[in-house]
Amino acid sequence: MSIKLNALFSDSYVDISQYRDQHFKGNRYEQEKLLKQSCTLYVGNLSFYTTEEQVHELFSKSGDVKRIIIGLDKVKKTACGFCFVEYYTRADAENAMRFINGTRLDDRIIRTDWDAGFKEGRQFGRGKSGGQVRDEYRQDYDPARGGYGKLVQKS
Amino acid sequence: MSRRRHSDESDAGSQPHKRRRTSEPIEIEDRLESLICRVGEKSTSSLESNLEGLAGVLEADLPNYKSKILRILCAVARILPEKLTVYTTLVGLLNARNYNFGGEFVEAMIRQLKETLKSNLYSEALYLVRFLSDLVNCHVIAAPSMVAMFENFVSVTQEEDIPQVRSDWYVYAVLSSLPWVGKELYEKKDVEMDRLLNQIEGYLKRRQKTHVPMLQVWTAEKPHPQEEYLDCLWAQVQKLKKDRWQERHILRPYIAFDSVLCEALQHNLPPFTPPAHSDDAVYPMPHVVFRMFDYTDAPEGPVMPGSHSVERFVIEENLHCIIKSHWRERKTCAAQLLSYPGKNKIPLNYHIVEVIFGELFQLPGPPHIDVMYTALLIELCKLQPGSLPQVLAQATEMMYMRLDTMNTTCIDRLINWFSHHLSNFQFRWSWDDWADCLTQDIEKPKPKFVKEVLEKCMRLSYHQRIVDIVPPSFTALIPANPVCSYKYGDEADSSLPGLAMTTTVGNAIKNRASNEEILIVLKDVPNPNQDDDDDEGDGFNPLKIEVFLQTLLHLAAKSSSHSFSALAKFHEVLKTLTDSDEGKLHILRVLYEFWRNHPQMISVLVDKLIRTQIVDCAAVANWIFSPEMAHDFTRFYVWEILHSTIRKMNKHVQKIQKELDEAKVKLEKQQNKKQRDSGDEEDMEKNSEDEEGQLEEQIERLQEKVESAQSEQKNLFLVIFQRFIMLLTEHLVRCETSGIDINTTWYKNCIERLQQIFLMHHVIIQQYMGTLENLLFTAELDHHILTVYQQFCALHL
Repeated sequence: MSIKLNALFSDSYVDISQYRDQHFKGNRYEQEKLLKQSCTLYVGNLSFYTTEEQVHELFSKSGDVKRIIIGLDKVKKTACGFCFVEYYTRADAENAMRFINGTRLDDRIIRTDWDAGFKEGRQFGRGKSGGQVRDEYRQDYDPARGGYGKLVQKS
Repeated sequence: MSRRRHSDESDAGSQPHKRRRTSEPIEIEDRLESLICRVGEKSTSSLESNLEGLAGVLEADLPNYKSKILRILCAVARILPEKLTVYTTLVGLLNARNYNFGGEFVEAMIRQLKETLKSNLYSEALYLVRFLSDLVNCHVIAAPSMVAMFENFVSVTQEEDIPQVRSDWYVYAVLSSLPWVGKELYEKKDVEMDRLLNQIEGYLKRRQKTHVPMLQVWTAEKPHPQEEYLDCLWAQVQKLKKDRWQERHILRPYIAFDSVLCEALQHNLPPFTPPAHSDDAVYPMPHVVFRMFDYTDAPEGPVMPGSHSVERFVIEENLHCIIKSHWRERKTCAAQLLSYPGKNKIPLNYHIVEVIFGELFQLPGPPHIDVMYTALLIELCKLQPGSLPQVLAQATEMMYMRLDTMNTTCIDRLINWFSHHLSNFQFRWSWDDWADCLTQDIEKPKPKFVKEVLEKCMRLSYHQRIVDIVPPSFTALIPANPVCSYKYGDEADSSLPGLAMTTTVGNAIKNRASNEEILIVLKDVPNPNQDDDDDEGDGFNPLKIEVFLQTLLHLAAKSSSHSFSALAKFHEVLKTLTDSDEGKLHILRVLYEFWRNHPQMISVLVDKLIRTQIVDCAAVANWIFSPEMAHDFTRFYVWEILHSTIRKMNKHVQKIQKELDEAKVKLEKQQNKKQRDSGDEEDMEKNSEDEEGQLEEQIERLQEKVESAQSEQKNLFLVIFQRFIMLLTEHLVRCETSGIDINTTWYKNCIERLQQIFLMHHVIIQQYMGTLENLLFTAELDHHILTVYQQFCALHL
């Protein structure tokens, strides 16, 4: 009786993206396997001023949040616009991908993506100046993310 | 059907494979699936020509792919009810070309119907019944045999000792098919149909409706009565009958093919006996039809069909089906809703908004997770920026106006939806329109609603933002600035007991003292409760808890993560201090005192304390019902904490139950393996015996753990219900003796919170009905309270 009809019921919001962590210890296959079972989400495009409590309030709407780790500037140790949200169950994380990804937090459209799992050290930005890589090279002025990109600031 | 084998990547070390030919069987099957699933979607050709073309393709493929085609068609019948008439037409065309195929399809559908009923898949079974009935319109099934099936369905109402929800479903299956096939059945068998409807009418008159008040979103009858679903459908069918079964809304592609279809030979449905009732049958619960709009609400454009029109039923059914099919993909779902066929004749935006809120507010619970509806409404606003936001604003305004009679559980969901929605639109709202709430008592539903919305908005932003977005007149409703309240701070009265100790403790913590060292430091804290000498100082000492916890929380107040680390680091100290029930209660009190302006912190820290087993669930329940919390008893955050606590308890029981089930399966496998391997070498046998022994031990331990967890769960519910009964009885008695009306704002809130416990956890509570009835909900109870229990019981009868 049960036939899946794959043509119809896609669940594309839950699919893994093209992004692969270059610092991941393991091969592509292993990383993808972890991504497909993960209960942890990477959350990007946060304002530097967004608090852990705000993240908790929003992401609790799809289930109980186990842990939030705010991303930090490696040098300044201040928030630099991303975080990890870990749920107790995969199903809750999937609902976050379906219904919270692409909506607003602190007036900014945030983006969520699967993460292979938090490891110590991954809470730091990997840009040369200490923040995220994307803030090194961007040309626009974003008051919630330190103003101009680092490259523009230096010039 | 055999598949030609061909090598691909999965064959390890295979020979280099031949180039794949373009028409591999698997690809053809996928193509068939795709063709069938996509028919009816936007296309440059007309629906009729697409159906004609597809029928030709399928007819040609029947010799080789018949069973695949049968399976696909059965599946779409079951899971794509919004495209019902498209597929019945397709089946009709195929039947006209190939009578045998038509017969096999009908047989497959009957088999599927039996399976879905046995598997408790009642909504799918419903779609199958509707599909079969529409096949009468396509000349695939003979009308008299359909009537016979309906007669068998209705005869379920004569069965004895069955739950009402069983006969309800069979009656619903018949009534809800009539918009599609009523006309045809009446034309062929009017006498039998009249008899059928009379029987149904008799059933509807005598069935119990105790459950209805518990499921209504509003208690008021005006402007729109919240009708029980069978009553509403009956009224709609009556009206349809009066209109001589003229139904103009449903899209019927088969009409265009009438000349072809009426040449076809029809099949008779085999006699269908509804499967007998069994104890593990889980029938759908009754529901109430949600209505918030009528024809006066859509200012211009097409008129909204009346509440008892069959069009209204069909539109709502179809919109619910679309959401059911596409809820996981909000953009697709929004697009599908907005491209509803026949949308130009109805105020579609109003129907969509009404159906979405109907689901969101459904009691006991929405069919899908709450946040989905927020995301869906945002997508709809994006796709229709010129019209949908206005309808949504109108709906919000209407719901605000009717807060006084709205069920508290529904108000909770409205608060969550509205605040989350606003946070996506820069919190823009015409707050001044709601200035009327400012003159009301702050506990009344309207000001309370605004206050709770602002509190939730603040959680998603920050305090100053809320101050900025509301007019100055709303200041009284703005939430408190969420800062901590350290009682041992610089402004503390020097005579405050324990003040000096806080400095010592604070320094110890800052100097990275261990748990043992802290406990030694705390030995010097006197116990205000004790007169005699207590050398060990191990008893419950509230001052110790206050000194330690206030200091710790103050040092860790920067963020929730800091607080979590602090609680984790000093877990041992906290466990020791809260060894007794009084200790557990007191730690919650201290936590509350410290974070009373920041309910979110209270919430996350209570969660942590439970998860790290510093307090148990019953302690949280007792704390919430304690006199110290009475002033916050009607605040939303308190109930969020209680329901979260109950959910944690439930998940805990489920988790251990799962471990037990898995261990049992493992043991079974081990025993089967032993049987198969018996006669092997001695040491292998011994190993498997050891394993078996270990597993049996493990199962015994887990069994005990499950029983202990269930006992804790039962106790939690008992505590909660007991406290409710005490509080409510007190109020009722007091009102009676002083001659006041019992229906105060507080009472409405409290009794609906009691209802909410039943509604939100009805599956678990069902297990403990016996105990509840014997111990708590006895006949001696005040009837106001007992009614809630009786309504809950009626949900499952």
